[in-house]
Amino acid sequence: MHPAYSVILFTTASGAGYGLLFWLGLAHVAGRLPVAGWDFLAAITIALGLVTLGLLSSTFHLGRPERAWRALSQWRSSWLSREGVAALATYVPAGLLMLLSLFGVGSWLSLPLALLSALGAVATVWCTGMIYASLKTIRHWHHPLVPWIYLALAAASGAVLLVLLLAFSGAPLRGMSALALLALIGAGLLKRRYWRDVDARPGAITADMALGLEGVQRQLEPPHTRPNYVMREMGYQVARTHARDLRRMVLTWAFAVPGGVLLILALWGALAPVLAPIAVMCAAGGLVVERWLFFAEAEHVSMLYYGAEQA
Amino acid sequence: MTTLPDHTDKKLGLVIDLDICVGCQACATSCKEWNTGGYSAPLTDHDPYGADPDGAWLNRVHTYEVANEHFTGTVHFPRSCLHCEDAACVTVCPTGASYKRQADGIVLVNPDTCIGCKLCSWACPYGAREYDHDQGVMKKCTLCVDRIYNETLPEEDRTPACVRACPTGARAFGDLGDPESPVSQSVADRGGFDLMAEMGYKPTNKYLPPRKGTDQAPQTQAEPAPATTRSPIEKLFAWADRALSR
Repeated sequence: MHPAYSVILFTTASGAGYGLLFWLGLAHVAGRLPVAGWDFLAAITIALGLVTLGLLSSTFHLGRPERAWRALSQWRSSWLSREGVAALATYVPAGLLMLLSLFGVGSWLSLPLALLSALGAVATVWCTGMIYASLKTIRHWHHPLVPWIYLALAAASGAVLLVLLLAFSGAPLRGMSALALLALIGAGLLKRRYWRDVDARPGAITADMALGLEGVQRQLEPPHTRPNYVMREMGYQVARTHARDLRRMVLTWAFAVPGGVLLILALWGALAPVLAPIAVMCAAGGLVVERWLFFAEAEHVSMLYYGAEQA
Repeated sequence: MTTLPDHTDKKLGLVIDLDICVGCQACATSCKEWNTGGYSAPLTDHDPYGADPDGAWLNRVHTYEVANEHFTGTVHFPRSCLHCEDAACVTVCPTGASYKRQADGIVLVNPDTCIGCKLCSWACPYGAREYDHDQGVMKKCTLCVDRIYNETLPEEDRTPACVRACPTGARAFGDLGDPESPVSQSVADRGGFDLMAEMGYKPTNKYLPPRKGTDQAPQTQAEPAPATTRSPIEKLFAWADRALSR
């Protein structure tokens, strides 16, 4: 599948934003971050900023962005529509929390609002994952781990961001660093299991099934001389050796390096303002590569008509 | 609504005979010609006469080499929307622009509400939907919905443009939900099949398999060899024939 930059930016940025919102909500409910504090305001502003940046970027993927509001209507059947509804619904409690924080109003209302924001964040990221996981045509996406990986990566990237914010506010961050480390390890393990799984099982659909004929040898003549939309969108391929190197990059930059930094922070809590930005930057780079690979490695069954043998 | 109808009154679709399709592309070009002025208008092209031509087409004709016990040879293979009963392209649509009609089962895109998110093309296993970059909306086969019910056309033209154009009669249009219809009969007689039946989208369009070469060939007796006299002159001619044809 063609890795569109708008969709990569959308899923990584909004994933991190919702992850941050999730941890922020939980931390507030646990009584750690009062709304009146500037660190709460900074965190919720960054969370909603990332979410909004992602959502805006996703509209660049549309042919008719001015009609995007119509995507809220089909939540009964479409995960994309559900994602839109969940994203907008999450703005309500999160926006109110931001207002409370902005005006420094400490109210009992902040607890249910924080809880609802965390729930909304989980629901939205789950819908994002299900958009991909619901497509039977792409075996790399139609995998039970896909929505869980989306959740785990959002949680991990949000947690790393919260560590960065705590580092700058000078607040104690050893507990949060440990949580972020756990989230990162969980996400990394899921991702590795997912890669092992999709590598072990080759595509079950063959060119013979696509044509309904036995013994399809090859495509003798394609229908057109140059690639068409279907080939460019669905036929993107990444060389196997290239993919292996990129996977190693993901394991190193998205998981190993930030994981090591978080371990230092969790154990000693020292040098946080220097170390935390390193963790955030490495994780961000690694996750963009991860998301690019998620698209580039995905095989679509329609390519069976264009010479693929199985998908 | 992008939820699918429980049932459709008719199942209008195509039956494509892979035995007699000659791969002439007449169906593809006539589809493009009709639809660039009809329901899907315009079907835009980029750089149509240049080095990198590209454009939205609703029907594509591939050619494959096939070898099995039954048939060995070239198969021309027209590919377009199959108007599936379980159309995933419809249910994934976030706007309701993609829909399946209850009256006749045709799957359509409303070009006025499509946002061009392309998710339907990802959900289609047959690669049947093509995005129109100029219009920013998805295009697909409409089964010539603007011809088949069009009473301003002569009756013989109220059939999809691809069917009307096919010079060999390899394409037939009709109600596949009615077992008595000519299209359903030909599917039953010839062992018509679904594409990727294993994936469970229940396509309406059916394909008929290529026939074995000898199925239709008249059976003729080989002529008996004329009796020879084995005379020396005949042997001489036989030797000359062998020597000259060496």
